[in-house]
Amino acid sequence: MTNPVATLAPEEAVQKLKYYQKGTFTVGNRLVAEAERSVQASRDRSNALTCGHRACQGCGEALGARYAIDAAMRASKNNLIAVNATGCLEVFTTPYPETSWQLPWLHSLFGNAAAVATGVAAAMRVKKHNEVRVIAQGGDGGTTDIGFQCLSGMFERNDDVLYICYDNEGYMNTGVQRSSATPPAARTATTAAVGPEPGNVFGTGKSVPKIAVAHNIPYVATATVADLHDLERKVTKAMGIYGARYIQINVPCPLGWGAASHDTIRLARLAVECGLYPIFEAEHGKVTQVRKIRRPVPVADYLKLQRRFAHLFRNGHEDPRVARLQAICDANIAEYALIDAAAEDA
Amino acid sequence: MLKQIEGSHAMAEAIALCRPEVICAYPITPQTHIVEGLGELVKKGALVDCEYINVESEFAALSVAIGASAAGARAYTATASQGLLFMAEAVYNASGLGLPIVMTLGNRAIGAPINIWNDHSDAMSMRDSGWLQLFAETNQEAVDLHIQGFRIAEELSMPAMVCVDGFILTHAMERIDIPDQAAVDTYLPPYDPVQVLEPASPISIGAMVGPDAFTEVRFLAHYKQTQALGLIPEFAREFAKTFGRESGGLLRGYRAEDADLLVVAMGSVCGTIKDTIDEMRDDGVGIGLVTIISFRPFPVDALRTALAGARDVVVVEKSVAVGMGGQLADNVGAAIRNLPRAPRLHSAVAGLGGRPITRASLHHLFRQATVQPWEGTHFLDLNEKVVGREIHRKRKSRRSGPTAENILRQLAIATGLPAAE
Amino acid sequence: MFQVRIHGRGGQGVVTGAEMLSMTAFFEGRHAQAFPSFGSERTGAPVVAFCRIADQEIRLREPIMEPDCLIVQDATLFKVIDVFAGLRSDGYLLVNSNKSFSELHIREAADRLPKGHAVIVPATEFALKHIGRPVPNAALLSAFAALTQFVHIDSVKRAIDKAFPGKVGAANIAAAADAYEFVLSQQHAASAA
Repeated sequence: MTNPVATLAPEEAVQKLKYYQKGTFTVGNRLVAEAERSVQASRDRSNALTCGHRACQGCGEALGARYAIDAAMRASKNNLIAVNATGCLEVFTTPYPETSWQLPWLHSLFGNAAAVATGVAAAMRVKKHNEVRVIAQGGDGGTTDIGFQCLSGMFERNDDVLYICYDNEGYMNTGVQRSSATPPAARTATTAAVGPEPGNVFGTGKSVPKIAVAHNIPYVATATVADLHDLERKVTKAMGIYGARYIQINVPCPLGWGAASHDTIRLARLAVECGLYPIFEAEHGKVTQVRKIRRPVPVADYLKLQRRFAHLFRNGHEDPRVARLQAICDANIAEYALIDAAAEDA
Repeated sequence: MLKQIEGSHAMAEAIALCRPEVICAYPITPQTHIVEGLGELVKKGALVDCEYINVESEFAALSVAIGASAAGARAYTATASQGLLFMAEAVYNASGLGLPIVMTLGNRAIGAPINIWNDHSDAMSMRDSGWLQLFAETNQEAVDLHIQGFRIAEELSMPAMVCVDGFILTHAMERIDIPDQAAVDTYLPPYDPVQVLEPASPISIGAMVGPDAFTEVRFLAHYKQTQALGLIPEFAREFAKTFGRESGGLLRGYRAEDADLLVVAMGSVCGTIKDTIDEMRDDGVGIGLVTIISFRPFPVDALRTALAGARDVVVVEKSVAVGMGGQLADNVGAAIRNLPRAPRLHSAVAGLGGRPITRASLHHLFRQATVQPWEGTHFLDLNEKVVGREIHRKRKSRRSGPTAENILRQLAIATGLPAAE
Repeated sequence: MFQVRIHGRGGQGVVTGAEMLSMTAFFEGRHAQAFPSFGSERTGAPVVAFCRIADQEIRLREPIMEPDCLIVQDATLFKVIDVFAGLRSDGYLLVNSNKSFSELHIREAADRLPKGHAVIVPATEFALKHIGRPVPNAALLSAFAALTQFVHIDSVKRAIDKAFPGKVGAANIAAAADAYEFVLSQQHAASAA
C-alpha cells in the first residue's frame, strides 16, 4: 500500500516487497535463466513505484514507469532522483497525502521537467555526489509540446539526464485532448469525430525521437510495453551512459484510446507490428539498431481495437484515411528497414 | 575593500562571496552584466564549487534553480521585465515549494510597448507570488541585500528577489565597499535545507493538494512572511555588526521625525528625493522621507508608526496598476487607513519606462500636495498636449492606428525631427 | 558637487571616458558617480555620459542638467542636439576638434563663459598619433584636468592605466600627456594675451 508522506525513519521509508509480489507469468521468469530474468522478476527490485497508486485499470504508463524506474534504480544502485512533469503519472502516484514513489521525487511544473532535472544534476555535481543519477519523466504533452523548449535545451547542453517520455498520444490527465503526438485521424476531446473530417488532422507529424537523434545526444531509443525486456535493457543501457539521453515508450491508454483494459499490451504489440511505432536505438546522431517486424500486420487490425478510430470504420465502410495511415506505416518500414527481405519473401 | 566599480559587477562579486553552488544565466537587459560577471568569475576559477549553466530561456533559468535548490544546492539567477513574466509559472512554483532561491531583478518596464528602461512594473507583477521583495536604494545596498537575502531566504525557506533599478544602479559606476570573504562566511553559513532530495532518505515533493489542505498551506506561507517582518530587521542589525554599516531592514526614515509632509518611495529615486528634501528644508518646509526597503512582506506596522505624525503623505512610485492606480500607494493607504488622525494620502506615479525623475519636478510635486492637492493618481511630467491630441485623434476615427507609434510620431513632429515612416 | 557631461557618438568611448573620470576622482579619495544616458547603443548614434564628483556620498540620480563642465567628443553633434543645454554660466567647455570655435559656429557659446574656461583640443589627432585609433577619451580626460585643475594629472594617468592594460594603456597615457601639455600651453597663451 502507499506510504503516508515521510514521517517514517529512512530504513522504514522504503517498503520491502511482500511474497506475492515476487514475479509474474508475464515476464516468464520461471522458464528463463536467472541471469536473463527481468528486474521486475526479482524480489530485490527497488519497487520504486509501489502499488496502491490510482492509475486506471490497464494503464500502460504505470506499467512502463514501473519497469523503467526499477531498471534505472538497479543500474544506479538505488542512487537515483526523479523529476516528474505534471500529468497522469504525477497525479496518480501522489494522491496527497500519499505517495507511491520510493525514491527521491520532485514535481515542479508541466513544461520544465528537463530543466529541473538539469538543476538536480548540477547540484549533484557540485556536491560531488557523482554516483547519484537523475531521471526526468513526463507524458507526451509535457514532452513534445509544452516541455519541448526545456528538453531541447537539456539536449543541447548534453546535461547528464535521462529523459523518459511515456507516450500515450494525448493529454490524458486533463480529459484526452490532442497533443502533437496524437496520430492522424484519432478522436480526442479537441479533435472530435464529427463533421466531414472527423478526428485529428494529418499534420506533418512530430517525432521527438528523431529530433533527439538530430541533437546528436549520446543515446536515443523508442520502446514499448509490448517488449518489457527490451525496455529494461534500454533503460539499463542508458544508465551506463553519461550525458543527455532520451527514451520514448509507447504506452497505450485504455481510457483515452477507447480500448479494453486487457488489450494494453496487445495494442502496443500491434502498433509495432504494423509499423506505426518504429522501435529503434540511436547514438550520437546515427540509428544503431532497429527492432524488426517479424509478422507485419495491416494498420486496420491495430485501429479497429480502439474506439478513438471507430469513425474510420462506420457502416462496414473503410475511410480513405486508413490508407493514408497505412502509407505512414509503409514509410516507417522503409525508412527504418523494419522488415527483412527474407521475412518478406517468407 | 573600497572599489570604483559598476553596480552590476559589484553585485556579481557580492553574490560570488555568498558561495552560490548553481548559477543559471539567461541574458536580458539590464541584468546581463551581473550574470556575465559571475560567469567570468567561475571560468577563471575565482568562484569555485559552482556550476554555471547557460540556459535557453528565463523559464528554464528558474526551473534549473528549482531543481538545484530542491537537491540541496544554493541557487541563484537574475532577470528583469519580460524575463520575469516568462518565468512567472516557475516564480509561484518556487515559493509554493518553499525553495530559498535568490534572484536579482534588474527593474525594468514591462511591454508592450517594448521598453528597456527602469521602472518597477516587473517587481509589482510578482508581488503576490510569495517571494520576499527587497528594494535597494544604492549600489552599496544592492551588494548588501544580496548577502542578507541569502541569509533570510534560507532561514525561512522562502525565495527572495533583490530589486535594483535597471541602468540607474546596474550601469552606474561608483564607490562601493566590497566585503571580504571571511566576513561573509561569518554572516552566511552554508545552506542547510529544510527539505532535500537525497537517495538515503527519499521523499516526494510537489504533490497535488486539494481543497482540504490548500488553505493551510497558503496560510503558512503568509505566516512565514510575517515572521520575515521580524527576521529582516534582526538580520540587518547583525549585518551592521559584522560589516560596520547600516543596510537593509524594513524601512528607514530621512529627516522624518518632525515632518508634516512625508514622502514614501522605494529604490534609487530616494537619493534624488533626499537632495530635494534638503533643499526644501532650507526653505523651511517640514518635509521628510520614508524609504521602504522590504516591499514584501509589506511593513504595515512599522510604516503606520513612521507615518502617524504626518499631515500629508506623498507616495512616489515607478509603476501603475492600469485601471486602479499606484500599487505602492494602495498598500500605504491600507497601512494608514485606521490611524485616528490618518494623514492625507497623495499618489504620484513617476519615472515610468525610464523617464528621469528630477529635483525640479519633485519640488513642484511636493508643494502641490499641500497647496493644490490632486484627486486620484497624478502622473508626474505627463505630456498633456500629446495625450490630448491622441485622445482627440482616436475619437475621430476607428482605425486610428497603434497608440505607441502615434505618440512617437506626435513627439517627433513636436521636436521637428523627421518622423519614422 | 562638480558635474561633467560628455557628448559623443557610440563607439568613441564616451562611457569609458566618464568611467575613467570617476576612477580618477576615486583615486583622489573622492566620491564619483558615472553613468551613461541609457539606450540601445549603436555605433555612430549620439551618446551622452555623465560624471558627478563630490567629497561626500552622492545621492542624486537624475541626468546632469546643469553641468559644470561640458566635454564634446564629436563636433558634428552641435547641429544635431542642443549640446549646451543647462551649461552653467561659470562652467567649462572642452571640445574635441582641430577647427576653431568660429569655424564650428559656437563662438558665441564659448564667449559666454569666463575667460579661459573654453578650450578646443585636437584629441583625436593625439589619439591617432599614439594609439593609432581615433578614440579621444583619454586625451580629453587629461585636457579636462589641465583646463579645470579639478583633478590631478597623475590620478588621470593612473585611471587610464587601470582602464587599458599594457601597451594600449601606455599609448593612451602618451596621448593624454600631449593633450595635457597642449591645454596648459593654450592657457598660458590666453592669460599672456
